[in-house]
Amino acid sequence: MADAARRNDGPVDDLGAPLGDAGSRTSGADGEDAGSDRSGPGAERVSRTVLAAADISRIVSRMAHQILEKTSGGAGVVLLGIPTRGVPLAARLAARIHDVEGVAVPTGSLDPTMYRDDLRLRAVRPLRVTDIPDGGVDGRVVILVDDVLYSGRTVRAALDALAEYGRPRAVQLAVLVDRGHRELPVRADYVGKNMPTSRRESVAVRLTETDGADAVLIVSPDEPAPPAAGAGR
Amino acid sequence: MNRHLLSTADLRREDALLVLDTAEQMARLSDRAVKKLPTLRGRTVVNLFFEDSTRTRTSFELAAKRLSADVINFSAKGSSVSKGESLKDTALTLEAMGADAVVCRHPASGAPHRLAGWVHGSVLNAGDGTHEHPTQALLDAFTIRRRLGRLDGLAVTIVGDVLHSRVARSNVWLLHTLGAKVTLVAPPTLVPHGVSAWPVDVSYDLDAVLPASDVVMMLRVQQERMSAAFFPTEREYSRRYGLDADRAATLPEHALVMHPGPMVRGMEISSEVADSARSTVVEQVANGVSVRMACLYLLLGGADERDEREVTR
Repeated sequence: MADAARRNDGPVDDLGAPLGDAGSRTSGADGEDAGSDRSGPGAERVSRTVLAAADISRIVSRMAHQILEKTSGGAGVVLLGIPTRGVPLAARLAARIHDVEGVAVPTGSLDPTMYRDDLRLRAVRPLRVTDIPDGGVDGRVVILVDDVLYSGRTVRAALDALAEYGRPRAVQLAVLVDRGHRELPVRADYVGKNMPTSRRESVAVRLTETDGADAVLIVSPDEPAPPAAGAGR
Repeated sequence: MNRHLLSTADLRREDALLVLDTAEQMARLSDRAVKKLPTLRGRTVVNLFFEDSTRTRTSFELAAKRLSADVINFSAKGSSVSKGESLKDTALTLEAMGADAVVCRHPASGAPHRLAGWVHGSVLNAGDGTHEHPTQALLDAFTIRRRLGRLDGLAVTIVGDVLHSRVARSNVWLLHTLGAKVTLVAPPTLVPHGVSAWPVDVSYDLDAVLPASDVVMMLRVQQERMSAAFFPTEREYSRRYGLDADRAATLPEHALVMHPGPMVRGMEISSEVADSARSTVVEQVANGVSVRMACLYLLLGGADERDEREVTR
């Protein structure tokens, strides 16, 4: 892994190379794409690539194997992606599981927006698609898939949303990046990459399906800003 | 989004599409066992109805309850209004009770607009006089888009008592915003003054317009608002402007027949057409709940902007 050496836990502000990515979608607040509306004009940002496309591909393969191992071959598993980027990740995991073991794992999406605890702290959020696969979630092992695990609040909301669709036998969590700073007792069962970050930074996950290319970047504000700019609420 | 929903004339295209997209997600709820969402818990929605309405009031009530809001129904009959209280005093009373949104129906055009200047919460116009009925237009647009897949470029014909119809007005503005081409068909006496300023074509000949219509929206003849004789007899109106099976047969294969309800069967629409596969009358009612949930969510679901006291128009 070429980037492994750059992934160090030390101060990160000085490592960045400026990228002209005004339209980049950053996953600041607990792993969903709330960053895009924050990166307004004038928000100078410095970002560095932490995972390249090949890294992401290897990580997804490993996670698929881990899921198969932990669920004894994927029996009864349903993958539910949390929009936006959890959905293509869930599809990729399902495809990889199919390649390895020949099992077709039902895949869908679960939008936790209306169950969030911070709705009234921000402008209204648009709703995303919830698509529970045929067969439902009753008695299944539901694996929630998201791109970034941060405060844990999205996952809490997703657990509430999921309960409205039935009673899974178990719920597990798979994330591409765990960036720390949990505010709730939430832990992922499958972690692609543990990525220590500062609250001021954002983690931007880009996937071919949603952004045209695969990469994970850490985005820091250009100058050290006193309030937690990238940390959301 | 504006803070209030008073009219479709001032609804921007992206906001209208946001309502329709949000309603699409809300509609998926009706497929699941638990239809309730916690989203508006702790919020209070007041249904303030100065005119009889079952359909719209229950639809708003159900929409608010599905989002876990508390709902208070306040109707003019048997309330302080019948004792002579003014609209403003009623509004201030509701305000003092902590209403986050007021859903208002009033026989006077512009009443919800006045209300919006007096209360801090959001005001949703549920029909004011002969002015507008924005959620009806939004649910009509939603129904068309669900059935035909798009709105852009569609030919929509609105037939009947346009003069007294707030549904027609709201639909004209919304459908125009969303790219549909609207034709009004009515007896000359039931075409409003100033219609030349609207983005519509006007025709007096239903038979000429039907073969090129993707959607036909039939309006009820509002006898209760008619102060004069606008047409000789009901039978003659029905013969010239009613939609019966023979007329409906001249529509294109895919065309929809819509009616905002309540229908007067045998007058503007025959039973055969109202119950046909191309009729969306029942769907419109179901879609109404989804669209009103979307409106309530978009107006109340985000940060409280009570500090920014403003009037939209």
